[in-house]
Amino acid sequence: MKILVCISKTPDTTAKIAFTDNNRKFAADGVQWIINPYDEWYALVRAIEIKEKDPSAVLHLVHVGGADGDAIIRKALALGGDEAFRINQEPLDSFAVASQIAAWAKDGGYDLILTGKETIDYNGASVGAMLAAILDLPFISLAAKLELQGNTATLIRESEGGEETVEVDLPVTVGCQKGMAEQRIPNMKGIMGARSKPLKVVEPVAVEALTELVSFELPPAKKGVKMIPADNPEELVRLLREEAKVI
Amino acid sequence: MSILIFIDHSEGTVRKSSLEAICYGAALAKLTGTPAEGVLLGKISDDPSTLGAYGIQKLHNVANESLNTLDAEAYIAIISSIAEKNSATAIVISHTPTGRAIAAGLSARMKAGLVTGVTTLPDLSQGFQVKKNVFSGKAFCTVSIKTPVKILSLNPNSFPVQKGEGKAEVSASDVSIKPGRVKLKSTSKASGEIPLTEAEIVVSGGRGMKGPENWGPIEELAGLLHAATACSRPVADSGWRPHHEHVGQTGIAIAPNLYIAIGISGAIQHLAGVNRSKVIVVINKDPEAPFFKSADYGMVGDAFDILPKLIGAVKKLKGVA
Repeated sequence: MKILVCISKTPDTTAKIAFTDNNRKFAADGVQWIINPYDEWYALVRAIEIKEKDPSAVLHLVHVGGADGDAIIRKALALGGDEAFRINQEPLDSFAVASQIAAWAKDGGYDLILTGKETIDYNGASVGAMLAAILDLPFISLAAKLELQGNTATLIRESEGGEETVEVDLPVTVGCQKGMAEQRIPNMKGIMGARSKPLKVVEPVAVEALTELVSFELPPAKKGVKMIPADNPEELVRLLREEAKVI
Repeated sequence: MSILIFIDHSEGTVRKSSLEAICYGAALAKLTGTPAEGVLLGKISDDPSTLGAYGIQKLHNVANESLNTLDAEAYIAIISSIAEKNSATAIVISHTPTGRAIAAGLSARMKAGLVTGVTTLPDLSQGFQVKKNVFSGKAFCTVSIKTPVKILSLNPNSFPVQKGEGKAEVSASDVSIKPGRVKLKSTSKASGEIPLTEAEIVVSGGRGMKGPENWGPIEELAGLLHAATACSRPVADSGWRPHHEHVGQTGIAIAPNLYIAIGISGAIQHLAGVNRSKVIVVINKDPEAPFFKSADYGMVGDAFDILPKLIGAVKKLKGVA
């Protein structure tokens, strides 16, 4: 069993969102970077659980980005990866990232490729599906459960207003979300061990992005809250009907 | 040249999110001076030509029952073949669980630039620029699509559905169907419940509700308002409510017309999932709760006192005894 987990670097969930360079760049000053929570809590931890049950399994990590991503890669190794690969290119768009990973992973013989369902910064929710399309692998999106039996994976995925149980033969690409596993904290042994695990830098292939970021903007500020006395819910109902016109 | 819209359906009925996608696609078609055409895979109960009332001129229908249970993989193959045959310049899909997998797969297969989760029509004055939500709703960004074919996935609840007159010309498409490798074993649907991402009103409870046994009034209020119920992360993590009700940064992101948050303090991670709601009502006993800063209407007080009175007031409004 060979597993690949794709990890992306995102600002911490509490980071202040601001922009510089004429609103063309995210203001990264003072921002703490983390492994995209969906990649870490669900994809990576589930992969670690699979490896714990089957110690012969090999768990690789891949990240597309510059050397400033090494810290989060080390954290992922501390949680449990065997070996990490950083494809040395700033991520251009979802297609470029998926193409880089696909070009590198296509001969890797991976049985299971896991990504988070989306990143919490660009919310593209597309790298996993694109990767599957480029590699011609089946893709399961929004997976909340993954069980393996021999060469077959059984998954539960979110559907519109419900869920579906699906079965697929390996190899497969899976977009992971809540339910897949529980968040873990790396222990001291893991952190120490991660220092000596291999983190290899891979040179990128030539890939063109299909889209280009033009600018960012912040949503308009709320005009302020209108407080209603606790003993007067009729007034709230009236405002929702007559002023906000939502009920 | 055409704008192609993927029309998803369930139990014989076209999904509301797909009606929104049709109206968005029709508006985009007007903007670009091209016809709007739909792709309907499988069968719906109504005469499919009636979908013309939402603005499409033509409907490519692959009316094969097997398509009702197939997976994104099969859909991607069919949609890309129809798009190529009809020289589609843009493909519009709703950003739903099925739609997002189809959109991204199509983009990679056709090498057509994709922007997911769009909420407004593109600006065509400088190429093809379209705005999307980023940072989990905390900001927007404008993205330019550089490829000849553009793919857009539309966030549910962000484009109005307008029904007019007209019938679509239905063309039976005879593309070959190759079943995908993913086999559907079973589906479970919370019957009667409104999908959270499509709900126009959402009533949500947090830790302030003190325990799962106290959710009765939230469900009652939601029922009266035809709303979906939701909860904050600690509530889902404690097992008080199912995980699929968790809205927030790591749960589901929603954009209803009205979001009523009861006993939720409004941590930044929670806001990230709900700040695209058009109107936010916050009920909390702590006047310093950060959520009030992001709310449109607020009430400070004990949820257990306010809820029965609020339910009474809504019943009066709705004429329910």
